[in-house]
Amino acid sequence: MGRYVVVRLLQMIPVFFGTTFLIYAMVFALPGDPILALAGDKPLPPAVLNALHDRYNLDDPLIVQYGKYIGGLLQGDLGETFTGQPVGELLSDRWTVTLQLALTAWVFELVAGVALGVIAALRRGGIIDTLVLGGTTFIIAIPVFVFGYTAQIVLGLHLGLFPTSYEGDWPGSFILPAMVLGSFGIAYVARLARASLIENLRADFVRTAQSKGVARRRIIGVHTLRNSLIPVVTYLGVDFGNLMAGAVVTEGIFNLPGIGQQVFQSIQLQEGTVVVGVVSLLVLVYLLVNLLVDLLYGVLDPRISHG
Amino acid sequence: MKNVVRRAGWAAVLTAAALVAGACGGGGGGGGEGQKASRFSVALTEPDHLTPGATSSSYSITVLQAIFEPLVEIDPKTGKPVMLAAESITSTDQKVWTIKIKPGQKFHNGEPVTAESFADAWNATAYAPNGWTNNYYFENVVGYEDLNPEEEGAKPKADKLSGLKVVDPNTLEVTLKAPFSQFPIMLAYTGFAPMPKAAFADLKAYDVKPIGNGPFMLDGEWQRNRLIKTKAFKEYGGPRKPKSEGIDFKIYASRDTAYVDLRANKVDLLTTIPAANVSEAKGLLGDRFVSTPGGTMDYLGFPVYDKRYAKPELRKAISMAIDREGIVQAVFNGTYKPMGSLVPPLVPGYREGICGEACKFDPAKAKQLFDQAGGFTGTLNLYFSNADPSYEQWMQAVANQLTQNLGIKDIKFRKIPAADYLKTLREHKQDGPYRNNWVMDYPSPQNYLESMWGAGNRMGWENKEFQELIEKANSAPSMEASIPLYQQAEDLAIKEMPMAPLWNWQDQAGYSKNIENVTIDAYSANLDQITVKK
Repeated sequence: MGRYVVVRLLQMIPVFFGTTFLIYAMVFALPGDPILALAGDKPLPPAVLNALHDRYNLDDPLIVQYGKYIGGLLQGDLGETFTGQPVGELLSDRWTVTLQLALTAWVFELVAGVALGVIAALRRGGIIDTLVLGGTTFIIAIPVFVFGYTAQIVLGLHLGLFPTSYEGDWPGSFILPAMVLGSFGIAYVARLARASLIENLRADFVRTAQSKGVARRRIIGVHTLRNSLIPVVTYLGVDFGNLMAGAVVTEGIFNLPGIGQQVFQSIQLQEGTVVVGVVSLLVLVYLLVNLLVDLLYGVLDPRISHG
Repeated sequence: MKNVVRRAGWAAVLTAAALVAGACGGGGGGGGEGQKASRFSVALTEPDHLTPGATSSSYSITVLQAIFEPLVEIDPKTGKPVMLAAESITSTDQKVWTIKIKPGQKFHNGEPVTAESFADAWNATAYAPNGWTNNYYFENVVGYEDLNPEEEGAKPKADKLSGLKVVDPNTLEVTLKAPFSQFPIMLAYTGFAPMPKAAFADLKAYDVKPIGNGPFMLDGEWQRNRLIKTKAFKEYGGPRKPKSEGIDFKIYASRDTAYVDLRANKVDLLTTIPAANVSEAKGLLGDRFVSTPGGTMDYLGFPVYDKRYAKPELRKAISMAIDREGIVQAVFNGTYKPMGSLVPPLVPGYREGICGEACKFDPAKAKQLFDQAGGFTGTLNLYFSNADPSYEQWMQAVANQLTQNLGIKDIKFRKIPAADYLKTLREHKQDGPYRNNWVMDYPSPQNYLESMWGAGNRMGWENKEFQELIEKANSAPSMEASIPLYQQAEDLAIKEMPMAPLWNWQDQAGYSKNIENVTIDAYSANLDQITVKK
């Protein structure tokens, strides 16, 4: 187990260098001069242009630029944005917001999704089951931004139940965005949990337990629910990354100053150092969450082990 | 460590949020009359910098106009300069200018505002290694080259403009390379604001907490992507005395969200209502919807160096085949104004419809002129950048009209990445009509004519007479005397039509039920005049 974790953690080192380099190369490959774009329609004298190119190492070839970036990184310097803000400060500032949003959405997915799925599975074919199946199909079919704007206008503006945009507090400003962001996941988790539980309820060991006279509550709670959650946990692990990436749209609608907004703006501005910083952290979080998921498998189903 | 930083950041945000909530959220419990802070909020897009010399972003300028007092401001009725920090700006030869500064003015940190405050700020802006975007405004000052070596890697010879001379604490003398009659009006731009000595100790810190000499001062640092908080500056002695206790600039990533917040009265002023929401906003906000003509213009430029576009008749035919009114209605919801002159209405010397029939939609005449000029062969490429989807929309309309009215069938769109677009134009790589946009720096015909039609222009248009007229106007003894000369130059540029005017942007603003006395003009939102309802 310990060895397994160490190996997995070590694997992250090459992945980290690979992703940072790839992302850096991709931003580098974008056409155009980001400094010229900064000046808009106004002229930028050559001397100023040169000074700014030097400041952001934009005249160097890709490998040298990347080398300087990694060199700075090892000394804890992540570079700075075109507006002069240190990237390290920007990351801690914006990640806080996105993590709060993603975790809130995740909890929604887990709690609401599993609850709906279990209820639907136990009342299979009943009204609730039909409602859950129909409702989730509906939600999966709507694009996030339609759902987001509608929720903002109806629940925020007209009914005044939630703030229409970010006000800085958790959970107030995060509930509505998290519901929007997690809506797809809730639907998906509900369907997964339902299907998996139904399948397990038909298993031989359940029939055996029933014939032995084990209480139904115990059959569901101990014998089936736990192992039924394996596909759900797999999905939730993968989805955590999606939640953070999907935050681009939700953060935009609700004006949450998180990394989604930042990545979008920085790609437009071709701010290599910012994009690399944000996305590399995204990759690392994604890897860590998936490691956690793999470890959870063993807890949920003792047959799976990481010896 | 990281945790500490985070927590501190959060505490600040929470406090700020609480204050914002307190400011907007009505009386609340217990507070009697006068207890409520008379603050209001303005929706803003994240600025790039807050150092006056380092930014030309309109979002930054909105903030800078509140925290800085430039030498002059522009009277929205006449377009002429009115003295603010300056007592007088005079010259006998339009080349050596003497600026007298009103004594007794103070920066927010208590430092006196002197001629040196201006000289320091201008030198820093003109000094290339600082990399400040307003650098080119000082090109015309003597000594500029010593601060801006052309060759790469060269060290500047000096860090001060030799053309700036501090005569005494209240007198600054500026020597220009060539006579320039429009100099006083240029000084209204926030890029010419003064900076205190304290700024130069740490320019980076200054950029997030600028110390100005204006009616409002920063209350804490700029919280990036969230909030810029200001409060009234008690010792401000100028004519723009604030009528409120402070302004919160709330930063939005999306204008649509800002608009929703305006409807919810969560933000008090939005100066950029998205075009798609304008007709709805007019109905919802009623009197609280304000439309102001701005200084921004769109043009269609022609590559005159390309043989196919060399004849003025052909360029005029294309201009006449474009239904400006129709496009403005269809693409911009009627919010822009079709233009028949090269400068917008708010610029002194504007003459309505001076372009005559060459800018009027007349498909029959256009076709006639087009055939007379010998028609057009090959592919007609239309150039624009991908910065905004509306560019492609109106270019498509232009293409349809050229096909319909002139019979040009082979039209292709050249959508260039925004970062590459201006480089393409500058290097004359465009071989077809292109979108040209101009945001006004200062209301003078010179700002439009010389910048876009002058030497080294994007069209590759060369006209000695035009050049001479501009030079003559620039050295005219007064601004009044310069206007007829600029108008003659405009006539020439219209006659040859290397670039056709399309439309003038209008700024669409709206405000909440919480504030009154909102007077927005083309130069400023006049935030100091706004009062908060009791």
